[in-house]
Amino acid sequence: MMKPGTLILYAAARFLMPLQLMFSVFLLLRGHDEPGGGFIAGLVAAGAFSLYLFAFGSELTRDLMRIDPRTLIGWGLLFGVISAFPALLQGQPFLTAQWWPIPLPGGVEFKLSTPLIFDIGVYLAVIGTVMTFVVALAESEQV
Amino acid sequence: MQLAVLSGFLLAALVPLLSSIADRRLGWLVALLPAALAVWFAGFLPEVMAGQTLVHEWAWIPGLDISLTFVLDGLSLLFALLITVIGTFVFLYASAYLAGHPDLTRFYVVLLAFMASMLGLVLSDSLITLFVFWELTSITSYLLIGFNHQDADARKAALQGLFVTVGGGLALLAGMVMLAQMSGSYSLQEILVQDGLSEHPLYLAALLCLLGGAFTKSAQFPFHFWLPNAMAAPTPVSSYLHSATMVKAGVYLLARLHPAMGGTEIWQLLLPLFGATTMFVGAFLAIRSTGVKKLLAYSTVMALGTLTLLLGIGTETAMIAFAAFLLGHSLYKGALFMVAGALDHSTGTKDVTRMGGLRKAMPVTAAAALVAGLSLAGLPPLFGFVAKELLFEAVLGGSTLLAYTVTLALASAMLVIAVAAIIALKPFYGALKETPHKPHEAAWPMLAGPVVLAALSLVFGVWPGLAGDLLVQAAASSVAGQPIQVHLYLWHGINAPLLMSLASLLVGALIFWRWDGFRQRLSVLDPMIARGPEAGYFKIMDGLVWIAAWQTRVLQNGSMRNYLSVILMTFVLLVGYTLLWRYQVHWNWDLDVRLHELVVVGLLVAAAGVACATASRLGAVASMGAVGFSVALIFVLFSAPDLGITQVLVETLTVILLVLVLFRLPAFVSLSTPRQRFRDAVVALLTGGLMTLLIMKTIDVQVFPSISEYMVEQSQPLAYGRNIVNVILVDFRALDTLGEIFVLALAAMGVYAMLKLHPGTEPGSNLRAGSLILPRREDDVADDQSKKDPSAVDEGRTS
Repeated sequence: MMKPGTLILYAAARFLMPLQLMFSVFLLLRGHDEPGGGFIAGLVAAGAFSLYLFAFGSELTRDLMRIDPRTLIGWGLLFGVISAFPALLQGQPFLTAQWWPIPLPGGVEFKLSTPLIFDIGVYLAVIGTVMTFVVALAESEQV
Repeated sequence: MQLAVLSGFLLAALVPLLSSIADRRLGWLVALLPAALAVWFAGFLPEVMAGQTLVHEWAWIPGLDISLTFVLDGLSLLFALLITVIGTFVFLYASAYLAGHPDLTRFYVVLLAFMASMLGLVLSDSLITLFVFWELTSITSYLLIGFNHQDADARKAALQGLFVTVGGGLALLAGMVMLAQMSGSYSLQEILVQDGLSEHPLYLAALLCLLGGAFTKSAQFPFHFWLPNAMAAPTPVSSYLHSATMVKAGVYLLARLHPAMGGTEIWQLLLPLFGATTMFVGAFLAIRSTGVKKLLAYSTVMALGTLTLLLGIGTETAMIAFAAFLLGHSLYKGALFMVAGALDHSTGTKDVTRMGGLRKAMPVTAAAALVAGLSLAGLPPLFGFVAKELLFEAVLGGSTLLAYTVTLALASAMLVIAVAAIIALKPFYGALKETPHKPHEAAWPMLAGPVVLAALSLVFGVWPGLAGDLLVQAAASSVAGQPIQVHLYLWHGINAPLLMSLASLLVGALIFWRWDGFRQRLSVLDPMIARGPEAGYFKIMDGLVWIAAWQTRVLQNGSMRNYLSVILMTFVLLVGYTLLWRYQVHWNWDLDVRLHELVVVGLLVAAAGVACATASRLGAVASMGAVGFSVALIFVLFSAPDLGITQVLVETLTVILLVLVLFRLPAFVSLSTPRQRFRDAVVALLTGGLMTLLIMKTIDVQVFPSISEYMVEQSQPLAYGRNIVNVILVDFRALDTLGEIFVLALAAMGVYAMLKLHPGTEPGSNLRAGSLILPRREDDVADDQSKKDPSAVDEGRTS
């Protein structure tokens, strides 16, 4: 494992991590029209957490994430499955996309939709999976 | 009707919640569902008696033409009523029989799920849904046989039942697919009205596969052995699944398909042959047993054989006898199993030779046992008598194998009279015997079932016309495929069937009187029986375990190199064969390549070369990274930014994972001989070459119009998104992505388990594959899976 306590790494992690997380959310939300999307965003977010883990160790990373990565996978799958059901209520085939656009001030529209919910599911599942790998590997190192 | 069938699943999901609220009254609450369903189904009696068929349609997966359509005709209704009525009593019974059991909630969940599956099975119109429910009954049966999962025998019996019925289920699936190809439809309603299926060239193959499914499920000889072993299940389960309902699923399927598939020479040969053999084998093995439940189980085997035999004969009388026997058997066998459970519960022994004189202690049980036993023996005025007279009449009116079937029917009837007497008389009359527990009368929830079911046997026996009009006529008509007039009588006049009954009564009574001596004399045959079909089953299981061990050793030996070369060579051979022999390869060098593209490609090739040749781990990692980034660059050059981003992120992630394991890796030494390296190089070059050819071919020919154009055009209007890659991922092909994130989750669990759970520390982790299915302990399964290959991580790059 890396030697903890490197000042540069500390500082970098502290400032980069929030930026990376914000960037991942940005990627997630723009994904439908511009390059991005749940999978890529999930990888970026996992990268952010991993950087934090290198700097501060797995304990603090777990604290930061609040939710166990494995639980996060479950939430991801749940979001993915939930997004499939509104179509059934409409009598349409499973997973047919439903759109409920919400107008925001300034002439912008927030496109709330089942694909967005689904993409959030992908996002969470990817973060969960990668962080399960990383945390498990980091902790098996400490034994 | 969809709700009625699926309500069992819904309630099953709610039971864990209810159990905390309802506590001890849970059993009653749960029994309300089958009771309500029974009333609901009974409400359809007038329409079905009038010869109507009720259809409730619901498109389930319209894209694949799979519907959750349910059809209620005479046969389905008879089954649905048996399932719900007996189900009601079984739930009540279980609430007392298993009172205080720590896993009672789980029991209700699985039993409810079974009931819903069984209802779905007998009501389904689509072959596919029928098959799904069929397999669900196998799975729930497995869970229920193995309910006492601490007991190794129960687990073994559960697995045996599962292997036999699911193995048959595979044959059934093949048979159903063939049937659908023959008839052009998966809908039973459409299949059954077709003529000429029996002249189709696929008829024989389809029939054999369907019989394979039906015979395993309904425990026909030589697959009969799993049923008596299934008696490891708690008695309510035996009474419900393994006598009244599930084991009749195979017979149900044959009856259902009889109008379309029956009546041919091969049908009239195979069904009576196997049916009659099963009938006799069941009766014969029953008389050898001393455990109450084993006796009953073998007599169930006998009844299932009888039903198959009747379907094989196929005359009008046989159809009536089929419906009557089905009804009669479910009533008395359900009751007798519950009596057996009450005896076991009350005395603490299952061995009938250790019971006697219990009449005084358990008067109600004794009375119910007597009535049900008389019905099993086929004596007037019970409904069993009506059914048995019809059986004799039908067998005498058969056309093929007449001597064989009549002889075996008579012999089985003799044996079954003795069996009935052993169960209904032996425990209750004679001198009181010492039993492990002091005998006491069962609680009323355990008495309700036997008493009501036995009373129904009596009522239907005294007024056979009632059963005939209500249930038998419509059921027999559905099996025959045309309306049949049914008039059931208790008294047929003095005729051949009556004389056969009298003869069997005399001999049966004699066997009962001399049972102990008879059994001892039969023990000479024990070595022969030990070499029976069950020994064959163990041989097959032995073989399976051996093959599994062998293929694990050869294919899954834990070396990444080995996996890769096997997968890649399979790919090269199959695809290469198709590509080179089916299609011609044109060398199309007329490509428009730019200089900067050539530079990137050159970089890629050089990096790959360095990765192969380098002598340091960091060098290998760095050059593989260079390969990855070059690929990302190519993606970007060909305007696929999403892929490029993903590739870059994955490369980054690989570095992160590598950093985490870097210090744990063994020294970076060459693990392979030059020969192996040469072999690997050949595999790599072949694969790469084939991929190149394949891609050039893909550019060359357009067999189908490319779907990407459709997606490019429709992405904005249909899915409101400009990023096609994302639109495909989350909308057009969202089901694929859903599957993929589940795969991701599985992979995460696998890695987690590998890193966190160390073998040998958890209880049960040293279980070997063969120990659950084989009778012997000395299995030599190579314990290969725990072997770790140090190079696995090194080569396990994400793609």
